[in-house]
Amino acid sequence: MKYNVNEKGYYGDFGGAYIPEMLYPNVEELRQNYLKVMAEASFQEEFQELLKEYVGRPTPLYFAKRLSAKYNTKIYLKREDLCHTGAHKVNNTIGQILMAKRLDKNRIIAETGAGQHGVATATVCALMGLECIVYMGEIDIKRQAPNVARMKMLGATVVPATSGSKTLKDATNEAIRDWINNPTNTHYIIGSVVGPHPYPDMVARFQSVISQEIKNQLQKKENREAPDYVIACVGGGSNAAGAYYHYLDTPEVGIIAVEAAGKGVQTGESAATSALGKTGIIHGSKTLLMQTPDGQITEPYSISAGLDYPGVGPMHAHLYASGRGEFISVTDEDAMQAGLELCKLEGIIPAIETSHALAIFKTRTFKPDAIVVVNLSGRGDKDLNTYIDYFKL
Amino acid sequence: MTRIDKKLQEKKTLLSIYFTAGYPKLEDTVPILEMLESNGVDMVEIGLPFSDPLADGSTIQASSTQALKNGMSTQKLFEQLEGIREKISMPLILMGYFNPVLQYGVENFCKKCEEIGIDGVILPDLPLAEYQEHYQTIFEKYGLANIFLITPQTSEARIKELDAASKGFIYMVSSASVTGSKQGFGVEQTSYFNRIAALKLKKPQLVGFGITNKETFQTATKHAKGAIIGSAFIKMLTETGVSGISSFVKGIR
Ligand SMILES: Cc1ncc(COP(=O)(O)O)c(C=O)c1O
Repeated sequence: MKYNVNEKGYYGDFGGAYIPEMLYPNVEELRQNYLKVMAEASFQEEFQELLKEYVGRPTPLYFAKRLSAKYNTKIYLKREDLCHTGAHKVNNTIGQILMAKRLDKNRIIAETGAGQHGVATATVCALMGLECIVYMGEIDIKRQAPNVARMKMLGATVVPATSGSKTLKDATNEAIRDWINNPTNTHYIIGSVVGPHPYPDMVARFQSVISQEIKNQLQKKENREAPDYVIACVGGGSNAAGAYYHYLDTPEVGIIAVEAAGKGVQTGESAATSALGKTGIIHGSKTLLMQTPDGQITEPYSISAGLDYPGVGPMHAHLYASGRGEFISVTDEDAMQAGLELCKLEGIIPAIETSHALAIFKTRTFKPDAIVVVNLSGRGDKDLNTYIDYFKL
Repeated sequence: MTRIDKKLQEKKTLLSIYFTAGYPKLEDTVPILEMLESNGVDMVEIGLPFSDPLADGSTIQASSTQALKNGMSTQKLFEQLEGIREKISMPLILMGYFNPVLQYGVENFCKKCEEIGIDGVILPDLPLAEYQEHYQTIFEKYGLANIFLITPQTSEARIKELDAASKGFIYMVSSASVTGSKQGFGVEQTSYFNRIAALKLKKPQLVGFGITNKETFQTATKHAKGAIIGSAFIKMLTETGVSGISSFVKGIR
């Protein structure tokens, strides 16, 4: 349990719950109940059933033959893109909607960047018949239009966040303000391993099904549970947390986190938090974040809405600070090319977030017999407009 | 006795004003303080602007954004307040979010407050547990009062804890909302005010959030020791500027 959360809600020096008193009753209620609820047999039964029958789990662990040949190593893709709604986000929203029901909440709020978490939240709200309000940055509403339409079709209300950089950070601020204004009947479904304790841990546990399945699947395919490397993109870090979870304390497994460098780490238009960030407080958590020397949070930039966030979850801050994880950043350009390459080589159109993780093979070599698992966090349907504009398709 | 405690012992209802440092203009901070004091305001909360004020509604968000654009920072505010005790005698409280304090360095921050004559701080996102475990000894070393919030949802057990931990007074948030969003007080608020009054807490309470005029000020202070006006004051500054301060204060009591 060296790299997982401790009983006080910290990963090393990172985490905690830096929240205004207005949020205390809700966050405390969650903290006191989440492990108990998740341990209930009836909860697990319902959760597992929905993951299987509704989400379509287990997702395949696919050996990418042509990609492997090109980069002379053994690459497996964990196909979270095949989840219902098109990304890993739904693992968490299924878990949290069941949690919300057990806590007797009938109104659900969420923030979203790429819109994947918003869609996944709207989906489970439709499934359970609960009211759903999704906050989304005005800029993201434009660049992820298909997901906005999907949320509306699913019955959610999409509220534009018009403050600050008008992206994920600001949508999160608005969701938190909504929760302050609605303190009794509302559950906030945070979409990544960010926010005050217990959110990072709860979301990581819901996403941990990813590495649980990788273990089982590798055992069958390679006769071993542990790969040599697990690679994932990190926005807030939920798909990464899920892919690393059961390997955190297995030092033989190399953990590689890929962040968005935007136009380049030093251009001022970047979201590479580990390279550019310092310890501070964002959205209720002590973690690494991009900020001015005065402690004002800076506006990030990435072509990928889901990675366009100035912080990372506290688990990742700890993986970075302790050296357990290797952190790499990838530019818009390299990510877009890697995304296109996966289309051509494997017939899979990845989300632009995921394309960042795939770009690692351009800069980092692996031994020919190394087993490298890349978490394919989502599919690229939502990004078609961006791909079309970028490649003039 | 501290300046805050002395003020709280005065036999009158206290009016405290929140404003964002460096707003509307960067150099308005000290003139605003002087005008508030000369118009009989009892105490102030000087807002340290933050890029992401989670507990604030649109008025304070906008004033914070403008103040930061004007060039306000923790460093700048301390420069402006250098020598302030030659001009101002009422208690001065800094109110802001924890990250800028953390970046300034908690110890440096507290030390600087002591040097300048800042009496207390309100840091809504530094909760009790984190404060007690990591920072209390530093705040106390420099005699800086840390004032805690309670809300209508705060349990009685926790109110007791916050009452014991809070220095000076308790900041009683009037309703479940961010700053500046509720209009007027209904039965929900008055029953909450009565409930808290009946608890006979050790620390006096100042009510904040939603105090906009004479009427809400009077309702809030029927039981509480005083009340804090923030968004309504900032709205006035936006519309009228610093010249409106005198008539604003006279309109409240
Ligand atoms: C497909 C996909 N991958 C990754 C992310 C980034 O989030 P996280 O770092 O929490 O996995 C998103 C977020 O929207 C996403 O849609």
